[in-house]
Amino acid sequence: MTKEEIQHLARLSRIHLSEKEIESFAQEADAILGYVDQIKELSFGERKPVVPPHQNPLRDDVVTHTPGAYTDAILDAFPKRVGRYALVKKILSNDNA
Amino acid sequence: MPNDKLSIKVMRDAFTLGTDTPSAALERTLAVITEKDTDVHAYLEVYEDAKEQALVADRLYKEGGVTAPLLGIPVALKNNILVKGKKATAGSKILENYIASYDATVTKRLVDAGAIIVGATNLDEFAMGSSTENSAFGPTKNPLDLSRVPGGSSGGSAAAVAMGSVPVALGTDTGGSIRLPASFCGLVGLKTTYGRVSRNGLIAMGSSLDQAGPFGNSVADVETVFDVIKGEDSFDATTYKEGTYAEVPLKPTYRIGIPRDFLKGIESDVMKVFEDAEARLVSLGHEIVDVQLPMMEKGLAAYYIVMPAEVSSNLARYDGVRFGLHVDGRDLLDDYERTRAQGFGPEVKRRILLGTYLLSSGYYDAYYGKAEQVRVVMREELASAYEVVDCILTPTAPMPAWKIGEKSDPLSMYLADIFTVPANLTGVPAISLPFGAVSREGKELPIGIQLMAPHDGERRLFDLGKQLLSE
Repeated sequence: MTKEEIQHLARLSRIHLSEKEIESFAQEADAILGYVDQIKELSFGERKPVVPPHQNPLRDDVVTHTPGAYTDAILDAFPKRVGRYALVKKILSNDNA
Repeated sequence: MPNDKLSIKVMRDAFTLGTDTPSAALERTLAVITEKDTDVHAYLEVYEDAKEQALVADRLYKEGGVTAPLLGIPVALKNNILVKGKKATAGSKILENYIASYDATVTKRLVDAGAIIVGATNLDEFAMGSSTENSAFGPTKNPLDLSRVPGGSSGGSAAAVAMGSVPVALGTDTGGSIRLPASFCGLVGLKTTYGRVSRNGLIAMGSSLDQAGPFGNSVADVETVFDVIKGEDSFDATTYKEGTYAEVPLKPTYRIGIPRDFLKGIESDVMKVFEDAEARLVSLGHEIVDVQLPMMEKGLAAYYIVMPAEVSSNLARYDGVRFGLHVDGRDLLDDYERTRAQGFGPEVKRRILLGTYLLSSGYYDAYYGKAEQVRVVMREELASAYEVVDCILTPTAPMPAWKIGEKSDPLSMYLADIFTVPANLTGVPAISLPFGAVSREGKELPIGIQLMAPHDGERRLFDLGKQLLSE
């Protein structure tokens, strides 16, 4: 895998990588993909479903706990908080226009 | 009372008779941790409030008529299992200060059964690893040989039992993370049927593979904990009702299948121990036959596709906004990228990148689609095999515990999972049983033997396990 490909995957994965990490991941990815590539050679014809049968178990759409029971614990976990809101940076800007 | 090889039954009998108390037992647990854990590093945190719970248990035993199966028994939990109000780090910097807002279902069931949760144990970061060297908080060492790994990813839980601090501990198993450390530390370790134990409150790694399960010194103790934690849970839609699978009956003698073509790359003295286990089973009246499971060989490759794919989606939630570490950047995207860069260790990054690649458009069918087909064929092969045999026997791992730092390239470590991943990919239960030992550099290192049963066949594993270990 090229350094550019690793860089692209890092972008998609929302992880900033150092030059050194990019180099070592490129090498390791080649070794791991070299191993898992044996899967590609297998042929199952048309008889195998790609996804095994699944079912969706649903519950009744009713409130299952006291309203607010977990609110404070969840708010307390926000790394950046203003009152009852999580603080994030603005997502729209003109910088890249 | 000696602290090594603790047993639930022995402890509980002594509590009932009044010759021992939960508080005294907890004091011994804490003494063992103080004495040994500086070297071993099994625990990430020891809970002070356990003492209050032990006092309550003391009183209940004094009053008599105790029915709770684990009353006063000290238990340790892998730190990817939530305990309300306690840190749930998953062995990662990104959750270093994260406090769980609720109890996992398994935690709740243990506490309801009277267990005293004494602490949180170390693990490979987000359970990704086979040695517990990938913890952001430093490695755990094997209590039987401190120069060696305890196995992983539930190495802290295995070490906590093996060093004699607790009789039982919970781990999680996505591709062998209970069975491998059980094998390396001389313990019994159970990976339950997928859906037998609730995943509610476990920090997710590979959601179609993950199961929580117990470590213990005996099959009987593992069974006791299994009975407490198992069962349907409305908070995990993948848990199943009794009667979902065909009954897996106990028999006077079993026909045990060995997939001989699959048993390659095993160190020769480990193979000798495995053959001793075969001979022991034959001497107990069981029949050993060969089975053909050709797709098993592709299991590891399929696993290292399915698992990173699920990892890359499950770990997308760590965004530095709702919980865990936050690192400030130029804008929101930079916040994400810096938070995840600082919060995740190398193995976690590696698997997220790999999973992202494997799921990308153009590669999905060749990798993930193919790997899911392999799972289907593996299930079919197993189903055919179970028409002829009652159980399947393999070594748990091709080798005993390796030296700390010995396996530095990721692929060589992945290969240790070759015999354990098929049970996760197919959902069947599997148990690692300590049987025999091999010698390395003058030290005796334990070897684990793995038995797999059909779905919902845990009782059969317990039955055969007790026979093999003469319980």
